[in-house]
Amino acid sequence: MKLRQLFIAASAAATLAVASTSAFAQAKEQFFPVLPYRTGAYAPNGIPWANGYADYLKLVNAKGGINGVKISTEECDTAYATDRGVECYERLKGKATGAVFQPLSTGITFALTEKAPADKNPLITAGYGRSESSDGGVFKWNFPLMGTYWAGADIIMQVISKKETGNALGSLKGKKIALVYHDSPYGKEPIALLQERAKTQGFDLSLLPVTHPGVEQTATWLQIRQNKPDYVLLWGWGVMNAAALKQAVATGYPRDKMYGIWWSAAEPDVKDIGEGAKGYNGLVATGYTGKILDDIKKTLHAKKAGTGPAEEVGTVLYNRGMTSAMLAVEGVVRAQERYGKGKVMTGDQIRWGLENLNITAARIETLGLTGIMRPLSTSCQDHEGSRSARMHTWDGKKWNYSSDWIEADMSIIKPLTKQFADKYAAEKKLARRTPADCQS
Amino acid sequence: MIYRENGQFKTTYTSDQQIFGITQDRWFVLALMAFAAFVVPFIVDEYMFKAILIPFLILSLAALGVNILVGYCGQISLGSGAFMAVGAYAAYNFFVRIDGMPVILCLLLGGVFSTVVGVVFGIPSLRVRGLYLAIATLAAQFFCDWAFSRVKWFTNNSSSGSVSVSNFDVFGIPIDSPAAKYWFCLAFLVVFAVLAKNLVRSAIGREWMAIRDMDVAAAVIGIRPMYAKLSAFAVSSFIIGVAGGLWGFVHLGSWEPAAFSVDRSFQLLFMVILGGMGSIMGSFMGAAFIIILPIIINIVLPELGALVGWQVSTAAVSHAENMIFGALIVWFLIVEPHGLAKLWSIAKQKLRLWPFPH
Repeated sequence: MKLRQLFIAASAAATLAVASTSAFAQAKEQFFPVLPYRTGAYAPNGIPWANGYADYLKLVNAKGGINGVKISTEECDTAYATDRGVECYERLKGKATGAVFQPLSTGITFALTEKAPADKNPLITAGYGRSESSDGGVFKWNFPLMGTYWAGADIIMQVISKKETGNALGSLKGKKIALVYHDSPYGKEPIALLQERAKTQGFDLSLLPVTHPGVEQTATWLQIRQNKPDYVLLWGWGVMNAAALKQAVATGYPRDKMYGIWWSAAEPDVKDIGEGAKGYNGLVATGYTGKILDDIKKTLHAKKAGTGPAEEVGTVLYNRGMTSAMLAVEGVVRAQERYGKGKVMTGDQIRWGLENLNITAARIETLGLTGIMRPLSTSCQDHEGSRSARMHTWDGKKWNYSSDWIEADMSIIKPLTKQFADKYAAEKKLARRTPADCQS
Repeated sequence: MIYRENGQFKTTYTSDQQIFGITQDRWFVLALMAFAAFVVPFIVDEYMFKAILIPFLILSLAALGVNILVGYCGQISLGSGAFMAVGAYAAYNFFVRIDGMPVILCLLLGGVFSTVVGVVFGIPSLRVRGLYLAIATLAAQFFCDWAFSRVKWFTNNSSSGSVSVSNFDVFGIPIDSPAAKYWFCLAFLVVFAVLAKNLVRSAIGREWMAIRDMDVAAAVIGIRPMYAKLSAFAVSSFIIGVAGGLWGFVHLGSWEPAAFSVDRSFQLLFMVILGGMGSIMGSFMGAAFIIILPIIINIVLPELGALVGWQVSTAAVSHAENMIFGALIVWFLIVEPHGLAKLWSIAKQKLRLWPFPH
């Protein structure tokens, strides 16, 4: 009966351990919950993002915290599953009076959009999430900073239009464009904008969904071989990107006619294909190099205090995660300017901070992020802040920029955002925020 | 000593036929219900409500529905996720398209639509059985996945296929606080559990069990297989549909077809197998095992690590969670192939003789 005694002892110890956590001390620490996925089908892409996120927070702590307030953090693995993400959110939100959440999943973002307002927790979805949530007048707690999927789709279409006609809004009559997308809220987000552009520019848009996790794409690429679209837009994540590129190689679809969103154009997507993916283009919203990366290597990785392998520092998704963490921290910094330096901020105060962000070129220089990001400023109405990205192309060994920063064209996005946000508000019976509410 | 029926004489048919024949059982269940309704809401925190109790209640209800079909009628089904989805999306469409529609009515109508779909996809059960039927019901799963992510009408033309519901009330009481949501789900569960328990004790329940044990013999003694099988599909998908509606409306608030994927169907089937086929109690135990155990492992592991001064990484916790959970499933299946409910009844049997087993 040794096993049974062991089992009883273990469960007793477990109960004790759970009891002891409730006495968790929270002396003057700003809590940053993290909802990464280090396991599951999307882990290869989720891990570098999570490591970048963790390293930035460590770096802030190593430099003395946010005006003296140290950062405490806890991770809860979501495995990219919506129900698990909701559980993690519920678990971590109780550990502080308000905190910034960044789920890195459009599906989880949709679920949390319903929960965050009641709990007064701001939600940063940098480069993902609901596109219409850039309308701060309706979505008070959502911050799709640095570009939504509509901005991303718009930039790709600008590049294609310029290449074909020399004009970012030129007529693409007779051209066929296929969207190969992850069949989830994530992949479906750009469709509304692309349909709008198809109407004005006259191209023929075909939608080719790929089911989770996206390993099986033979049928999709058979269709592409039959239809021979002029361009393929790739809206994949995780193993789906590499699988799509492998299929493109197999069916002989030219890789230089393929354009990926910023989540489909990182090292894990092309590394294994190497030369085969040569010529493949994708957006990149953060730069490759900046002073901060050397700082992270020196302060953290040289002392074996970094998260993950040191070679990962500076890769596309790592930089993305690091920038996301920076945005959350800057929100707290801005909030402290109004509500008191060196104090722990509540969720409502951080929301004000994020709404009034003004990350100027000078501030970017101080942060060591020159070359990685562009200036960003938000307002009560505009929760997106900045909407630009560069195109980069895989040369078989590494990514190289193939364009300068391109700004999304708001003439199409703005009315669309308003239309969708109004629809959401009507469905939810929400009133638009008043100017007085914007001051709070 | 404390749990025995000595001296409890049944003098009327009614008392002989009641659900819990033993007085102690009856008091225990009533006390448990009173505890769940009046004590639990005041002692647990929001996390417990939203992340553990509410999902547990809703998936118990779904497991109950699956158990009627799989456990009582013996028709293996892998379409449970689809029936949940039908319930959720039908309820959503009633809620959004008809102004002022009461939520309870929406959910029940969702159940009705799920019943229709369940019966249609139950028709193959008249010809195929066992594993072949499981594959036939998979068709329901794939069809519904397809329909809800492709047909825009079902999702009210939402751009990303995700729908959301919030701010609803029942008889003027807003269902927005965790406690209100908990009571709402608990009420549904109690009503359906009592109904299901009575159904399986009635003539139709006995027909289901006869079909399960040997359908040819059942047909010979005059049970109509078509009626018995399709009625099991109908009742089961009604309950699953209502559970689906609750899952969308109360637990998630916003959902996409992936919330009811084939994984959900498997999860529900595993709940029934682990909890105990053909046992109402087993549905609850199975749901508790599948829902709560992984979360507990996930929370406790880092604490245990910290106790011995060992920093467990997030990835390690998740991997260990899967390994421990898998090992426990295997262990329980070896120790008690008839499910956790069987363990429970063995415990009761032993308690009757306690403390003098000989």
